[in-house]
Amino acid sequence: MGWYLLRRAGASLVTLFIATIVVFAGVRGLPGDPAVALSAETSNPQVLQAIRTEYGLDKPVPVQYGLWLSHAFRGDLGTSPNTGLSVSQTLAERLPITLELTVLALLLAVVIGVPIGILAAVKRGSAADYVASTAALGGLSVPHFWLGILFILGFAVNLGWLPASGFVPLTDPGANLAHMIMPAFVLGIGLAAVVMRQMRSAMLESLGADYVRTARAKGMSGFVVVGIHALRNSLVTVVTVVGLQLGALISGAVITEQIFIIPGIGKLTIDSVFSRDYPTLQAVVLLTATAYIVANLLVDIAYSLLNPRIRVAGGSA
Amino acid sequence: MTARLEVEDLHVRFDTDEGTVLAVNGVSFSVEPGEVLSLVGESGCGKSMTALAVLGLLPPTASRSGRIRLEGEDITRLDEKALRRIRGRDVSMVFQEPMTSLNPIFTVGYQIGEVLRRHEGLSRSQARARAVELLDLVRIPAAKQRVREYPHQMSGGMRQRVMIAMAVACNPKVLLADEPTTALDVTIQAQVLDIMRDLQHELGTSVVIVTHDLGVVAEVADKVVVMYAGHVVEAGAVDDLFANPQHPYTLGLLGSVPRPDLVLADTQNRLVEIPGMVPTLRQPPSACVFAPRCSRADDPCLVRMPELVETASGQYAACVHPGPERARQPEVIRS
Amino acid sequence: MTAIAAESQPRVARRGRMRRRFTRRPPAVVGLAGVVIVVFIALFAPLIAPYDASASNYNDILLAPGSPGHLLGTDDLGRDLLSRLLVGTRASLTAGVLATVLALVVAVPIGMVAGYFRGWIDLVVSRATDVVLSFPFLILAVGLAAILGPSLVNAAIALAIGQVPIFVRIARGEVLGLREEEYVQAAVVNAAPTRVILFRHMLPNILGPLVVQVTVGIPAAIIGAAVLSFLGLGVQPPTPAWGTMLSEAQQYVSQAPWFAVFPGLAIALTTLSFNLFGDGLRDVLDVRMGS
Repeated sequence: MGWYLLRRAGASLVTLFIATIVVFAGVRGLPGDPAVALSAETSNPQVLQAIRTEYGLDKPVPVQYGLWLSHAFRGDLGTSPNTGLSVSQTLAERLPITLELTVLALLLAVVIGVPIGILAAVKRGSAADYVASTAALGGLSVPHFWLGILFILGFAVNLGWLPASGFVPLTDPGANLAHMIMPAFVLGIGLAAVVMRQMRSAMLESLGADYVRTARAKGMSGFVVVGIHALRNSLVTVVTVVGLQLGALISGAVITEQIFIIPGIGKLTIDSVFSRDYPTLQAVVLLTATAYIVANLLVDIAYSLLNPRIRVAGGSA
Repeated sequence: MTARLEVEDLHVRFDTDEGTVLAVNGVSFSVEPGEVLSLVGESGCGKSMTALAVLGLLPPTASRSGRIRLEGEDITRLDEKALRRIRGRDVSMVFQEPMTSLNPIFTVGYQIGEVLRRHEGLSRSQARARAVELLDLVRIPAAKQRVREYPHQMSGGMRQRVMIAMAVACNPKVLLADEPTTALDVTIQAQVLDIMRDLQHELGTSVVIVTHDLGVVAEVADKVVVMYAGHVVEAGAVDDLFANPQHPYTLGLLGSVPRPDLVLADTQNRLVEIPGMVPTLRQPPSACVFAPRCSRADDPCLVRMPELVETASGQYAACVHPGPERARQPEVIRS
Repeated sequence: MTAIAAESQPRVARRGRMRRRFTRRPPAVVGLAGVVIVVFIALFAPLIAPYDASASNYNDILLAPGSPGHLLGTDDLGRDLLSRLLVGTRASLTAGVLATVLALVVAVPIGMVAGYFRGWIDLVVSRATDVVLSFPFLILAVGLAAILGPSLVNAAIALAIGQVPIFVRIARGEVLGLREEEYVQAAVVNAAPTRVILFRHMLPNILGPLVVQVTVGIPAAIIGAAVLSFLGLGVQPPTPAWGTMLSEAQQYVSQAPWFAVFPGLAIALTTLSFNLFGDGLRDVLDVRMGS
């Protein structure tokens, strides 16, 4: 197993490296002269030339890339021309917020999706299954930014129970939760639907497997059959799926933060696109890509731990 | 004396995407204590379904009717909870595919121990010790180490022996075996059958073995029930069946088996093929189900499905023209 | 049971069975009906719509649904919402279908070649898909749309690029499996040109999972297009698009709450139809494909 993971880690590293090149090239490809954007002025050529020298924009592109990368390694991701602040600092401030949002959403998704998925599988074909499956499909189909607007409409504007937007740090947990619960829910619903469907499908497959039939033939109770034999096998699938959905979660966070005006990484992405804040955009995209690659690697590790066929070197096939 | 297991007028029906399928139609048989009964037939004749029906392990799309009596007690009337007490303890089952029938994520020892902990209330360590004993019993070498292994680390023959160990762990009254050797190599088949037979002698278990392989039947069975399209077409003691087959289908099965140990009356030792395939019944038959493939079929056969009647001493057949037909089939002389 | 017999039946009989299996599932049929309706609306929208979707009328701003002459009300420029919704179907459907079909057409040959020849081509393709996949879908789409400039076609391209890796993976995976099949090996032994092997033998057999992914990809692309329009990176005004309508609605959420409901509902119903249909399709095809 050690070799397998080492190879996977190596592949991840290569992917990450290529990703950095793509990010750099991509941002360079954005329309507009970066010097102009950095200066926030358009005319004075001397100023522009000074900016170019200062930011190394007159050097060949691969050199710029190298410079950027070496700076990034040391934690220096540049300075935002809009705020004048260090990009790393902005990221450090905003990352925990997005993290809180995604963790809450993930928690919600698992807490809602897993039990309902199991229930639907065990009671396959019943009314409960039908309702649950339809609800899940609905949750998948609904554009969650629309849901966000509706929630704001309902809970904030009409009922006044929850604040419509904004963020309060965890120092005030009650207010923090009040601000986060709608966005977390909106973000988590799509994932909950996916989790529920995957759980149901994996459980159905497990429940229909020969070894479950054997367990029943041994006189095991329903609880043991479902909870131990079928469930353990299904969990493996679900963990993998959840891992794969992390990208979707980050994507969703972008829009959710935009609607609920939460100062996280997602909103930063959009803001920096529109304000032509290239250093920030570069850093954010790189950060999300890195996070995703690392998350995938972790999921692979978890999968190989859970599946004895990989963990214990097999004898005969 | 009450038979150990009695199946009376068993019917099993399925709902599929293409309509209803009548898998088992009015099957009846009985097994005495210590006796080995074999359910024989080609794929799709309903024999596996019969075995699953006994334990109530049919898929949810199936419905079952008829009586099944275990030592006189009707187990079709039992609720799920009572049925679970019987499964694994009084009646157990060995399945065809040992690779998929064992849970890949639990050790062999755990899976054997599970039955013991459930039915005999053993503790984990007691169950583990007993599992090692059972692995010894089914002649798995280095049982103490093997008990901690996972199914994918074992060969097919060994896995099947693990299944047998699991099945006999609580000393059941009846052991159902659904094609236990079909997925195994021929050499391993003989080993597994040996183990099954020895265990059966030692423990006095009644065995119902489902198979399509007449060689297996000849090896282990005392009594044979031949099935076709969900019906019993012939039943009798194994020696009688081989020497004096009553139903043309049985004749066909025997004629299509290469038997180097049998000397045939005519000098051409030809394998005889039965043309056609086993039909899937969607409604009750209005003629003999075997008629389309039968060389003896004529008008009386097309009136209705014949009843199972005694056509020779101790032998039963569902045929209007029973008996070995000298003109068509080569006479079989046992060597 | 009947599985063995099924394989020996002629293709026509198989299609009939699949059609029957499909019609036995009401949700799938409902989904298909929904898809047909949406396509119909997209094709004939200007004819069905009661008003010109771009016609502003400053006298009738933000009317509520049920107002005389305006079934669903009007927006902040007095344009009839129903008409805008109907015409907006075009933008969404076009973006969704264009993005997915584009991805399909580009990705399948790449994936098939990678899976068939393996070696360094496979290595490069696999790394490339990993890289593209490591960017979350929306961030990628937003970034690409920003580079390419806001327009319907560019949005579709951005969304297509996001889907390419998925199709590549599917095509590659299937081909990897099929390589070992006997009829492929027979074709190789018979010195059939690679082109023939790939397209005549393999392609028909990998269509199943690809079609299923298309039914998943189109609704995802529709939502993606809506998000891009919402952010102003997709279809530009005054062309009606559901996403843009939602962003307009967000500004007037307190005054005209209904404004936000309908465009989102339209998106949801369209996506739901595709998803239902796709689910049914997957059920029907999988029964035949999964061994």
